[in-house]
Amino acid sequence: MVTVLIAILLPFVCAALIPLLYRRLRRVTHLGWFVLSVPFILFLLLARYIPQLAEGKTVIHTYEWIPSFNINFTTYLDGLSMIFGLLITGVGSLVILYSIFYLSTKESLHHFYCYLLLFMGAMLGVVFSDNLMVLYTFWELTSVSSFLLIAFWHHRKASRAGAKKAMMITVFGGLSMLAGFLMLYVASHTFSIREIVANVEVIRDHALFTPALILILLGAFTKSAQFPFHIWLPDAMEAPTPVSAYLHSATMVKAGIYLVARFSPVFGGEAVWFWLVSVIGLVTLFWGSFNAVRQTDLKALLAFSTVSQLGLIMSLFGLGSVGHYYGYEENSILYTQASFAALFHLVNHSTFKGALFMMVGIVDHEVGTRDIRRLGGLMSFMPITFTIAVIGSFSMAGLPPFNGFLSKEMFFAAVLAIRDVEAFSIADIGLFFPIVAWVASIFTFVYSLILISRTFLGKLQPEKIDKKPHEAPLGMLISPIILCLLVVGIFFFPNILGHYILEPAMASIYPTFPTTSELTPHIHAWHGINAELLMTVGVIIIGIILFKTLKSWKPLYRLFSQKYTFNTYYNRMIEMSENGSQKLTNKYMTGNLTHYFVYIYVFFVALIAGYFVWSDAMTFNFDKDSAIESYELILVFVMIFAAVWMIFAKGRVTAMLLNGVLGYSIAFFFVIFRAPDLALTQLVVESVTTALFLLCFKYLPDLMPELPRKRVQWSKALISIFVGATVTIVGLAVVHYDRFEPVATYFNDAYELAGGSNIVNTILGDFRAFDTMLEVVVLLIAGLGVYALTKLKPRKEEADHEN
Amino acid sequence: MINNILLLALAFFSISIALSLYRVIRGPSLPDRAIALDTIGVNLLSAIAIVSIILKTKAYLEAILILGILAFIGTIAFTKYIERGVIVERKSND
Repeated sequence: MVTVLIAILLPFVCAALIPLLYRRLRRVTHLGWFVLSVPFILFLLLARYIPQLAEGKTVIHTYEWIPSFNINFTTYLDGLSMIFGLLITGVGSLVILYSIFYLSTKESLHHFYCYLLLFMGAMLGVVFSDNLMVLYTFWELTSVSSFLLIAFWHHRKASRAGAKKAMMITVFGGLSMLAGFLMLYVASHTFSIREIVANVEVIRDHALFTPALILILLGAFTKSAQFPFHIWLPDAMEAPTPVSAYLHSATMVKAGIYLVARFSPVFGGEAVWFWLVSVIGLVTLFWGSFNAVRQTDLKALLAFSTVSQLGLIMSLFGLGSVGHYYGYEENSILYTQASFAALFHLVNHSTFKGALFMMVGIVDHEVGTRDIRRLGGLMSFMPITFTIAVIGSFSMAGLPPFNGFLSKEMFFAAVLAIRDVEAFSIADIGLFFPIVAWVASIFTFVYSLILISRTFLGKLQPEKIDKKPHEAPLGMLISPIILCLLVVGIFFFPNILGHYILEPAMASIYPTFPTTSELTPHIHAWHGINAELLMTVGVIIIGIILFKTLKSWKPLYRLFSQKYTFNTYYNRMIEMSENGSQKLTNKYMTGNLTHYFVYIYVFFVALIAGYFVWSDAMTFNFDKDSAIESYELILVFVMIFAAVWMIFAKGRVTAMLLNGVLGYSIAFFFVIFRAPDLALTQLVVESVTTALFLLCFKYLPDLMPELPRKRVQWSKALISIFVGATVTIVGLAVVHYDRFEPVATYFNDAYELAGGSNIVNTILGDFRAFDTMLEVVVLLIAGLGVYALTKLKPRKEEADHEN
Repeated sequence: MINNILLLALAFFSISIALSLYRVIRGPSLPDRAIALDTIGVNLLSAIAIVSIILKTKAYLEAILILGILAFIGTIAFTKYIERGVIVERKSND
């Protein structure tokens, strides 16, 4: 029961231990030997469950994390997660074994293995989590740890750029996936994938169903480097080769595939899902193989080949989703074969691509370059590496007797079968699927041949390479040899894999189907002469012709595809968004206070006046207004004149004197409105302010800079008028608001309650003394501030801290 | 009757404030403006006194006194400003 939890947590615990161990172990042995034990133990632990799962059982356990938000750490082990679990731990062990010999002890190994273990734990967390939020957590952890691994040689500019790009794209996808998950939660009220699958009928009619589908697919496509988000994967090849072999062929890029497979039971019957997954998969398949041919760097070639193969797997899952549409019937078995082929190729691809990456790493390590223009003729120097390359490439190209042949045949069978589907109006473009698949396979064949012949055949070019080529040490060869044995082994005994591992996974993809044994076909290496086999023969023949004539058509082809790199678009987009936001910010963040005031006031008017107009609150009631005496009217006009004239005043002192007039008049109105305390305070404060103004004027130039011929800025005048009108109208509209009884009646008993007959003073000193206290503090702070500003001057070297 | 007279007086004071305001605005010189503001203060003082008669209250007596003091101090401050350019003089060595 606890095994799965251990599987997730053990890598994290060991990652935490690495800094401690590194100091002890660095003298004794390579740190990798300790790390190797982690995936190996986990592999054995997980393998113990294989018989149990083959019988159709699943293992589930819940640990409470944030139960109040329905977020629990639920581990769920079924066929699908088992495949991935075995891949992660199995390929992980081999990669770590390989890295022990690949990386020298001069590298910062503790960083490398710490990141790698983090990644492994996160990846296991992704595949074993049943809770969407936990899955998302681990999903982002894989993005972060892969970012760290790609930029392992962070002193290189290209590494940093590749890591940044991978981070941008995968995190973009991860975030949209999070939004999709939340939408699913809104629709289903649960974060548990199993419960969502069980209640899928209820969710299907929800308005958020299709948006959630698209957003989750976006997450899957970015992670799995599907078209047009594939651009990060070739750049991620700046990582050390073990990382490329592990993350960018076997595990992380398959997280998106896992997501698609996992959500097939939820979204599978939808037309949108079918079209998006299968068509984008096919486009990726074609685009990746098409671009792989023109690469001159071996790892870039393998990167595009990975993109292409991931597209193949993705499109197979899309085709397999038709089975959900039909439900369980005889007819649908035919279409579920596509999903089976996808799972099968998933495993196959991990084996041969891992081996190929390690092969490239060996070549790079022993020869000093991986540029195919400088390589050639290595066959006699590196016979074992050559064998590995041949097995891997032929499997990738889909030739017997390697496992790629079987899955490619099944792929052809699936695309041929899809022509006859009557749903989603597939019949209209039925031929599209087999033709694209076939053309892409030809390109796959061509680049597989390039991979072998340019590296190992032909003449050695000793003047172009730095080292004298020789066979790699045995330790480096062990992992790719094991993978190659698997490649061949799966070809000869595919049904063991099919029965024990793929069949339980089919049960996870088609949970509504009562029995899965008929979903698992008996894989034959030889199934008679049929359309699929003829297609493969066609691929080989045309592929060889194209390869032989490569020199004649490659220049044309290069010219053609150079224009259409998505890297250019991506870079331009990043540049445009950077420039655009900078321009935008520069446009409104002018550093000019007047402009900021304009924003504030315009916003204020638009919001307040707009709301009052919109809600129809502009109602005036003059009935309750008291009578206006003539002297009040005259004083109001005095104030108006003083205020208006202040704007046009030519000198500072005049403006200040007019301000004084205003202040004194206000004090008089306080008197009229029976507020003696206010009048007193107002008078004193007005005088003090006037004196302060006079104090300041000494230090200012005689005239206000804008005053002498004040430019009439109509926009400013207009804004001022609007602000004034807004305040006035709002004031008039609310002045007689009497929906509630005023609290003032309570204070009328001030003498009994507080022992003072001055209501204002009792309010200030008794009822609401807290405000008074804080205002006293405000005055204190202002006084201290003034003192500090006038007395404390920065020393010369510290001057000008602003900006 | 008395009330009417008081209101009339207030109106007259307001008019005289308005006229002083004209002086504050028009100038022509700074002393003219300062004197005008002083006049406004004194007129306000009288107006407040009349208002307190109308309202039959003694609550404004402090305001009247304060206004008297402030108008005086304000005018002094102005004169100093006009004469010397500063209000508070410092020691010569500062």
